[in-house]
Amino acid sequence: MTQPIAPAPPISLEPKSVPQLKQIAAQVRRDIVRMVHAVSSGHPGGSLGCTDLLVALYFKVMKHNPEFSMDGIGEDLFFLSNGHISATLYSVLARSGYFPVSELNTFRKLDSRLQGHPTTAEHLPGIRIASGSLGQGLSVATGAAQAKKLNNDDRTVYVLMGDGELEEGQVWEAALYAPHHKVDNLIAIVDRNGQQIDGPTEKIGGLGDLRAKFEAFGWQVLEADGNQFETLLPALEEAKSLLGNGKPVMFLMDTQMGFGVDYMMGTHKWHGTAPNDEQLEKALQQLLVEEASDY
Amino acid sequence: MKDFPYSESKDTRSGFGAGLQELGKTNPNVVALCADLVGSLKMDAFIKDNPERFFQVGIAEANMMGLAAGLTIGGKIPFTGTFANFSTGRVYDQIRQSIAYSQKNVKICASHAGLTLGEDGATHQILEDIGMMKMLPHMTVINPCDYNQTKAATIAIADHEGPVYLRFGRPVVPVFTPADQEFIIGKAVVLNEGTDVSIFATGHLVWKAILAGKLLAEKGINAEIINIHTIKPLDAEAILNSVRKTRCVVTAEEHQLNGGLGDSVAQLLAREEPLPLEMVGVNDSFGESGTPDQLMEKYGLNEAAIVAAVEKVMARRK
Repeated sequence: MTQPIAPAPPISLEPKSVPQLKQIAAQVRRDIVRMVHAVSSGHPGGSLGCTDLLVALYFKVMKHNPEFSMDGIGEDLFFLSNGHISATLYSVLARSGYFPVSELNTFRKLDSRLQGHPTTAEHLPGIRIASGSLGQGLSVATGAAQAKKLNNDDRTVYVLMGDGELEEGQVWEAALYAPHHKVDNLIAIVDRNGQQIDGPTEKIGGLGDLRAKFEAFGWQVLEADGNQFETLLPALEEAKSLLGNGKPVMFLMDTQMGFGVDYMMGTHKWHGTAPNDEQLEKALQQLLVEEASDY
Repeated sequence: MKDFPYSESKDTRSGFGAGLQELGKTNPNVVALCADLVGSLKMDAFIKDNPERFFQVGIAEANMMGLAAGLTIGGKIPFTGTFANFSTGRVYDQIRQSIAYSQKNVKICASHAGLTLGEDGATHQILEDIGMMKMLPHMTVINPCDYNQTKAATIAIADHEGPVYLRFGRPVVPVFTPADQEFIIGKAVVLNEGTDVSIFATGHLVWKAILAGKLLAEKGINAEIINIHTIKPLDAEAILNSVRKTRCVVTAEEHQLNGGLGDSVAQLLAREEPLPLEMVGVNDSFGESGTPDQLMEKYGLNEAAIVAAVEKVMARRK
């Protein structure tokens, strides 16, 4: 009863209006639920929650080139540290023209370039580092930002982490390092959905006042709702305006796990569970796109 | 037995420092990172010449490995420096995911490997690092034997695309290899041609093998001594050519028997040329405090231990 994701030409990378971004986000969310449904595995909750951010970055905010080069000289770079939301990144990359949209149908299958967690091993355009084992992306992004400084490349490095991921000690090693070394071409983003596998982050890890923690470490911190483009886009603009000040930028982004699919929202239960046939249909009914852009 | 004259003894870590300094002059893409052990790693000269290409990371080795992986994106060639223990076991998952699996061009440079770190004791004397690193796909593993070879290896790995683990140490040992040697990754060096036994040694045990070769010559045993400075990829051709002549083998290394050079040689022999093998190394034990010489004697990693292993393996040869 389920159809594969249909081939489609890339969406142009001309900066998009809010209504256009909402259409693309709905399209990406349709891709996500279909991808995880097709293999009965994956991580829809966080993937849906971070969809608006990745759509904003790839279709509005970042300067990037789908003619992929690993070094990304003269481009903004995005690193996904919470690699389990790979479905979102794969969809956004495919819809941007990094690889064919139809390849999304190979997600998590044998011999696919779209591994369960992102990897450079399969040479998938758009991926610059393997991620999945948590806590490593902030260090990698900081190193890439320092390479940009050495190369006199004035573009920006973005990295997304999960909030539960902040329980990894390496994150705080990097959090101490980046301000100390004045890595001020770096925007780190935390997906503050308050959920992790075993339950709410405040019950499991006790993350507490993240703004106070990162400010004490020397970061410029901002907070906004990451599921509304009306608040997300100004927050990303504000984050960019804070670059070059001698300090890195930390965007604590409030999201809802499962955003866009009502029965997946407000719970950690859809962190790593795929919808069944009936649930997929229900999700797709809630994620409507204009006919012209749908598959 | 060939003679190996030398005029001075130096630590292999100083060879690393000298090689890194030269790379600072010759390769603008080389950058260095250190986790609060600049003096121990002999990185001062590089830092003095290239302050903008050096990153002091502090006591945060996991972050250092991630930073190094990130620095490659943009074309840099990062050399990380800390003790072998903190270069491997402490950061295994960071190396595995961000460097080896991601195929990043990072050079993991590890000093104070093995028992010869000495008085600091077992917490710092890693004897498992070769095993951990050689198990990682894409990783090259190198353990040079003296100052000159470590310097040459340091320079050579900058031109090798891909992750490398370069292992060296703290004590001074005779400088007996040529200053102008060409270092070829994966190419074993025949030090002494012989017919009675093949001794494959790596790192500090290469000199011990030479000392053992002299003792064996006095007993009328003509040992072939080969320096296996690259444990991965292993020079199978050189090893098989030698054993087909001598028909018995001794390996020697400052490492656990599990996972080390001997283990790699044993796999090769079992597949290609099953022959008697004795292995000189640490036998499933941690180290302890003591002087390097005391420890090498107590744990059976000296020339006497190699001679005993040769006599044993020759007796087993059919």
